[in-house]
Amino acid sequence: MAVVQSPDSYIQEGKWEGNIEQLKGLVSERAFTGETMLLNMGPHHPSTHGVLRLLLELDGERIVNAMPDVGYLHTGIEKNIEAKTYEKGVTLTDRMDYLSPLSNNMAFCMAVEKLVDLDVPERARLIRVVVLELQRIASHMVWLGTHAIDMGAMSVMLYAFREREKILEMLEMLGGQRMMGSYIRPGGVWRDITPDFKPALRVFLDTFPRVIDDFEALLRNNPIWIDRTQGIGVLDPEVALAWGVTGPSLRGSGVNWDIRKAMPYSGYETFEFNVPLGEHGDVYDRFLCRVLELRECVKILEQGYQRLTDKGPFRSDDRKYVPPPRSELGRSMEAVIHHFKLWTEGFSAPDEEVYVAIESPRGEIGCYLHGTGGTKPRRVHFKTPSLIHISALPVMSQGHFIADLVAIIGSVDVVLGDSDR
Amino acid sequence: MQIPPPLDPVEAVKRAMPDALLDAKQFRDETTLIIQASQIVKAAQYLRDTPGLVYNFLSDISAVDYYPEYNRPERFGVSYHLYSMLYNRRLRLKVFVPEEEPEVATMTTVWPGANWLEREIFDMMGIHFQGHPDMRRLLMPEDWDGHPHRRDYPLGYEQVQFSFNVEEILKHKPLAEE
Repeated sequence: MAVVQSPDSYIQEGKWEGNIEQLKGLVSERAFTGETMLLNMGPHHPSTHGVLRLLLELDGERIVNAMPDVGYLHTGIEKNIEAKTYEKGVTLTDRMDYLSPLSNNMAFCMAVEKLVDLDVPERARLIRVVVLELQRIASHMVWLGTHAIDMGAMSVMLYAFREREKILEMLEMLGGQRMMGSYIRPGGVWRDITPDFKPALRVFLDTFPRVIDDFEALLRNNPIWIDRTQGIGVLDPEVALAWGVTGPSLRGSGVNWDIRKAMPYSGYETFEFNVPLGEHGDVYDRFLCRVLELRECVKILEQGYQRLTDKGPFRSDDRKYVPPPRSELGRSMEAVIHHFKLWTEGFSAPDEEVYVAIESPRGEIGCYLHGTGGTKPRRVHFKTPSLIHISALPVMSQGHFIADLVAIIGSVDVVLGDSDR
Repeated sequence: MQIPPPLDPVEAVKRAMPDALLDAKQFRDETTLIIQASQIVKAAQYLRDTPGLVYNFLSDISAVDYYPEYNRPERFGVSYHLYSMLYNRRLRLKVFVPEEEPEVATMTTVWPGANWLEREIFDMMGIHFQGHPDMRRLLMPEDWDGHPHRRDYPLGYEQVQFSFNVEEILKHKPLAEE
């Protein structure tokens, strides 16, 4: 067993030296002379949004360099999916970005559908768009609440989580669970919308725009908020592109790239909506982009509500990939065979690779899927926006105060489950 | 501003670097260029900077292990997913990496964002990236044995630590003993 020693004895015996040598090349030379200080922030820090550890090199209170350390939430999701059939892998993707599980489902399912060339009916794609936009609002609500509470604006969090609760209730009506519903499946969605979903969506759409007004009234012109966010964490468009930053964080720098517009999937091309853009690339512009995006989500949902019919196909009827409805199992032998084959062996996919990217609330979620020719994938890799955004944190935070670092982390909206997988 | 017409990436690479392009493949509207491993950085730079191609955005780097059947030239494959914002199209570059010497040149000189993606591959697949500024493990603990995403690495679990097996477990974790 390790003997507990006082920190002084470590230094006297020279035990820290080995660690300092490892930091050569990561910290500046001034750290070795003691001119700058190394400070550990996290992994259990309330404003790092999960278990993110940052090793900071500080000159007084200014950040010389920040070295993020991730992996505390690594759960081997990609490795586990390799050991499961395609249909069963969906439930694991929920657990990556736990604030927007449906986006992960969508990326994985679209990759599977592309690999096996499976078509999704029109109405299923519409339902997918509706739930994805609901999920986007729910995710932005958590972002807004935690971002504001990091900077000392308490009340926003309570309003935001109240709204998120309404969305989670609607998702529960559909998928049976508030968060990890695995509602989107290869070939469509798990089940049809329930009769109480549309009325609930109507009530939400009628009340939510006024709540966005409230958020804007609380923060947008708030002088304290502006002081804390404008000119902080500036990310130039060229730098953002070189570092691979995507989503609202990229659009805050004024780069007009939204995958829903550039490479529409699931029928986004039939919806009318705008892509809000920032100008300066600072924390305030990223904040504004996301808040304005909420209004666009409402616009998409309004169109989705108008088009969503009560009856119709909600998943593909290709029985080789999608299980038959329960009602058929009692009277069709073929349905029973298909059901049995799908739940024991699963369906096969070719030994080829595909890459599919969608616009999640945080940015581009890419799913790289490589089949084996059998029923299990050879490799699944998720390109997740949070990982990229954390790797770009040092660029954004150099020269700022520690208190601003908290604002910067909040503004790029990282989820550690998303980055570590 | 005049935008030059888009070029076919396969033809362009074939003309500019004939010895680098080994093969080109189409699958479900995705173009894959199989590039010689030693030329990958040059090819990426060419694709990024040539008018008419401008693949200016690196979406993803993923690695795949073809163990055990090896129906590919080498055991490992590394896929670079590029995206051209100007022409709104994607392209995949692929290199094959041998089992004995799993090494590729780093892409961080072209896109700094490749930094953590390559660290993840090093961590998970054990592929070294030559010239990478900070080649450490990213997700797994520093003292971890092996590379979990290799196909010959078992899907296991963390062994529960009891007093009777603590020494055996700590043998594999040199840093935990401190």
